[in-house]
Amino acid sequence: MSETIKKVQRPLSPHLQVYKLPLTARLSISHRAAGVALSAGTVLVAAFLIAAAAGEESYNFVMGIASSVPGQIILFLWSAALYYHMCNGIRHMFWDTGKFLEKDVAMRTNYIVIMFAFILTAATWACAYLTS
Amino acid sequence: MPSHSEEDRLKSPLAKARGLGSAHHGAEHWLHQKITALANIPLILWLVWSIVKLKAATYAQFTAWLASPLNAILMILLIISVLYHARLGSQVIAEDYLSGWFRMSKLIGIRLFFFAIGVACIFSVLKIAFTAGM
Ligand code: HEM
Repeated sequence: MSETIKKVQRPLSPHLQVYKLPLTARLSISHRAAGVALSAGTVLVAAFLIAAAAGEESYNFVMGIASSVPGQIILFLWSAALYYHMCNGIRHMFWDTGKFLEKDVAMRTNYIVIMFAFILTAATWACAYLTS
Repeated sequence: MPSHSEEDRLKSPLAKARGLGSAHHGAEHWLHQKITALANIPLILWLVWSIVKLKAATYAQFTAWLASPLNAILMILLIISVLYHARLGSQVIAEDYLSGWFRMSKLIGIRLFFFAIGVACIFSVLKIAFTAGM
């Protein structure tokens, strides 16, 4: 009885605690994570606009937070999540047309998405800090 | 999954299946997710570029910028496109992971959340646009 069970090599779905996800899978769940983070971040965008609409004092207050070190870190993470989600979202739309779906092509576009997100984030922050 | 209450036993197969299937909004949902995704690209690039440009703006500079019709219109389009996109996306996530009453309350909560954020953002933009420099 137990013998037969052992012999049948049934495929198993990945056990998430021990299985090292392939890059493609990690980027896939990252798209979702970035989407959730960006959605939560809309609260901060609303807070900024409300503060600006409330007047000069509250505008200066939120600008002070935004230019502090924690504020800059949050803005940096926001920009990185945004660029990653945008680049990967563009790839998603190519997939929807049936293109780039092969495993090895997906692997190559993984690196393209990461590279573009990285370059856009770096370029944005270079512009922010190197221009006056 | 199937419960064998007296009531269920008496129901026809159709009556049992009713309400358990697709709401027939799947294709439209998908299409709207993609349309807003496309619209988001130029709008988000414009937003990030604007933030970099306005990073040290005084209150007067910022409100004058937002009072320009082009900027106010782009900002409102961005708010609508991004929040609608985020609402559709969050709905899919809730549908993937949740079930039962918790799912239903989450779906309602998601709609109310993004609607409230949208009203707050658009009102704020309009107030600044119409009162800047006054
Ligand atoms: C910048 C341009 C953007 C593009 C090109 C884009 C693209 C996409 C695409 C194509 C999808 C569908 C993925 C799929 O089919 O599974 C998606 C999902 C999603 N997006 Fe965006 N998006 C953008 C910006 C945003 C922003 C600003 C937010 C939030 C404020 C957001 C939140 C979401 C969420 C929550 C999902 C659902 C994720 C999932 O189902 O796993 N997106 N996006």
